[in-house]
Amino acid sequence: MTQTVKFYQTGTLTVGNRLLDSDKRTVQASRNRSNALTCGHRACQGCGEALGARYAIDAAMRAANRDLVCVNATGCLEVFTTPYPETSWQVAWLHSLFGNAAAVASGVAAAMRVKGKATRVIAQGGDGGTTDIGFGCLSGMFERNDDVLYICYDNEAYMNTGVQRSSATPPAARTATTPAVGAAPGNVFGTGKNLPRIAMAHGIPYVATATVADLHDLEAKVTRAMGLHGARYIHILVPCPLGWGAASHDTIRLSRLAVESGLFPLFEAEHGEVTATTPIRRRVPVAEYLKPQKRFAHLFRPDAPGAQEALDRLQAMADANIRRFNLLSAEEAVR
Amino acid sequence: MLKQIEGSRAMAEAIALCRPEVICAYPITPQTHIVEGLGELVRDGHLTGCEFINVESEFAALSVAIGASAAGARSYTATASQGLLFMMEAVYNASGLGLPIVMTLGNRAIGAPINIWNDHSDAMSVRDAGWIMLFAETNQEAVDLHIQAFRLAEELSCPVMVNVDGFILTHAVERVDVPDQARVDAYLPPFDPVQVLDPAEPLSMGAMVGPDAFMEVRYLAHHKQMRALERIPELAAEFRAVFGRESGGLVRPYRIDGADTVVVAMGSVMGTVKDTVDALRDAGHAVGALNLCAFRPFPLDDVREALLGARRVVVLEKALAVGMGGILASHVRMALRGFGNRVYTLIAGLGGRPITGDSLADFLRKVEREPHYDVHFLDLKSDVVEAEIARMERTRRAGPIAENVLRRVGAGRAS
Ligand SMILES: Cc1ncc(C[n+]2csc(CCOP(=O)(O)OP(=O)(O)O)c2C)c(N)n1
Ligand code: SF4
Ligand SMILES: [Mg+2]
Repeated sequence: MTQTVKFYQTGTLTVGNRLLDSDKRTVQASRNRSNALTCGHRACQGCGEALGARYAIDAAMRAANRDLVCVNATGCLEVFTTPYPETSWQVAWLHSLFGNAAAVASGVAAAMRVKGKATRVIAQGGDGGTTDIGFGCLSGMFERNDDVLYICYDNEAYMNTGVQRSSATPPAARTATTPAVGAAPGNVFGTGKNLPRIAMAHGIPYVATATVADLHDLEAKVTRAMGLHGARYIHILVPCPLGWGAASHDTIRLSRLAVESGLFPLFEAEHGEVTATTPIRRRVPVAEYLKPQKRFAHLFRPDAPGAQEALDRLQAMADANIRRFNLLSAEEAVR
Repeated sequence: MLKQIEGSRAMAEAIALCRPEVICAYPITPQTHIVEGLGELVRDGHLTGCEFINVESEFAALSVAIGASAAGARSYTATASQGLLFMMEAVYNASGLGLPIVMTLGNRAIGAPINIWNDHSDAMSVRDAGWIMLFAETNQEAVDLHIQAFRLAEELSCPVMVNVDGFILTHAVERVDVPDQARVDAYLPPFDPVQVLDPAEPLSMGAMVGPDAFMEVRYLAHHKQMRALERIPELAAEFRAVFGRESGGLVRPYRIDGADTVVVAMGSVMGTVKDTVDALRDAGHAVGALNLCAFRPFPLDDVREALLGARRVVVLEKALAVGMGGILASHVRMALRGFGNRVYTLIAGLGGRPITGDSLADFLRKVEREPHYDVHFLDLKSDVVEAEIARMERTRRAGPIAENVLRRVGAGRAS
């Protein structure tokens, strides 16, 4: 029986690393971490994608004994890490195109298999490269159950090209192509894809969602995924200060609020069945998550037409997630 | 071994002899039989050490090949027509990354109107994509070119496209010598990549390159193709030494000595061209032919040298640069710039229209007698196009051109 650890970092509900046994500490806490994505890259201050990728790939490197190849889709992560002739990657890394990372990774995996090598393969991309243009290749990779872990860094828009809407952009969010003007400002309600659930529908061995608020959980999920073979998918919410109009120091806080509001449910699934969820311990109204983000500012102007209705609909989406994944912890449900 | 065999099957067997390690397949007529054959050879254990991957699109097919090749595996795929266009972004990417993938293109027209028959529109649409492009004249040459292609691609670290005329070659059953494994092994060493994704020596491939270095990277791609101009004839000579027959090379002249008129062409139509040359020679006409086996790199010097003595050059091509005319003809004119030869563009065989020796001979006799206008469309149904042009000028809502033309051609047939 493991004992429940009750010490959390102030205000975070995150377990302090020093309070854990050394084998349970984060990969980042280790001096032996690979630093797969090392310093010097050109990401904006507070970039959730840079943080998420560093934790994810370092965890994967540990799980794979550094015998790893990464394939990257075009997007912020690719651009800010490899300003020629520099590179931040200390891992064998290949960027081919925007929409083919999953297929290229399938090819790398096939090459490793045919050569009898144990080298593991990760494909990674932004939400645009995953849910939109790369979706065909991704679905094909899932369907063939190729031995690839695909990681989507979801910042909910096409950031690299200047914050345009993707099929992962939430309703009401302002982007460059869904401006906050007119009768229904921001992104349209009733649109968008839920890629983790689409991934589950492929019946692949492992699907998980994670955020950069709980990096321990993120590492654990990557490690779990690396312990399996076949097609695996991890969808990580990564706030983008620039695109969301949020403060750089709020990246972690916003990630946590996304989870606590119910808008971004944390779960794991195996072969199409949900196997674990992370209960919400301190539920917050969606407004608390939305308000610090300028992309939702139009919802909080007193005279804004339809603002309250939009907030209600976003709250309803969060409530539906909470019901679907049964996310309220016992203590929260009582309150 | 000499066999009576379908072209696609012979190519599949030849490709298998090259010991590919990753093959990606997506069906499109007329290349389908090649990958089907390879799939069977993998399944029945003839081709071992090979992953055969059925993907969901041509874009994925070439992308899988890109990943496999970057990871050091000998990689192969095949496509045609719409499939080539669907993978277009990856076509440029493979060459930009310098990955020695070999791809067969079963040459086919591009729609709309959709058309499954042979011409060279697909190949011409990627002529500047950075791939080495070879054209097979016969199924024997198609077999042989694939073996040379892997060698050339891997030596230069540059992708190679082997063009084979759809149906005319891919579906023709004829006598082909499929070589034995020992000889192929003697000719084609194992793949020794110049760049590889290796966790033991991690490197970044596919970085962003700005104005400070992009020109140099492009120049070096061009340089590789210039190297290929030297290596293609050398590899063909080596091939002759090992396999005992002529295949490949840059250009192949036919009865060109003393020819006033020379027909330039690529691919299987050379059979018709040679027969026509023979017939006209018998009738006392000074006619010859030049076959281009390599289109990229384009052998400007060899073409010039072969054509300098000809007063007239007729470039017979199965593609059309809409709004301009000839593509191959422009290349030939480039080779002959500054010299006085008269170059004709003869557009023929689009969408599988048969190119007959009679029509070709007619045209050659015509240009021999008197200068002719350029561009000429061989066996174009002028009455049909004129009637359709007139109709379009009469009526605003003229309707879809393809269907109108079909109706007219059908009506003509009925009457
Ligand atoms: C075929 C193609 N279309 C469009 C682009 C332009 N493009 C490059 S990155 C990008 C946006 C990437 O968005 P996402 O995948 O969400 O990654 P992010 O930058 O947000 O991390 C776009 C549209 C491209 N490179 N290739
Ligand atoms: S725009 Fe957003 S995703 Fe891109 S580097 Fe900046 S913070 Fe990161
Ligand atoms: Mg994005």
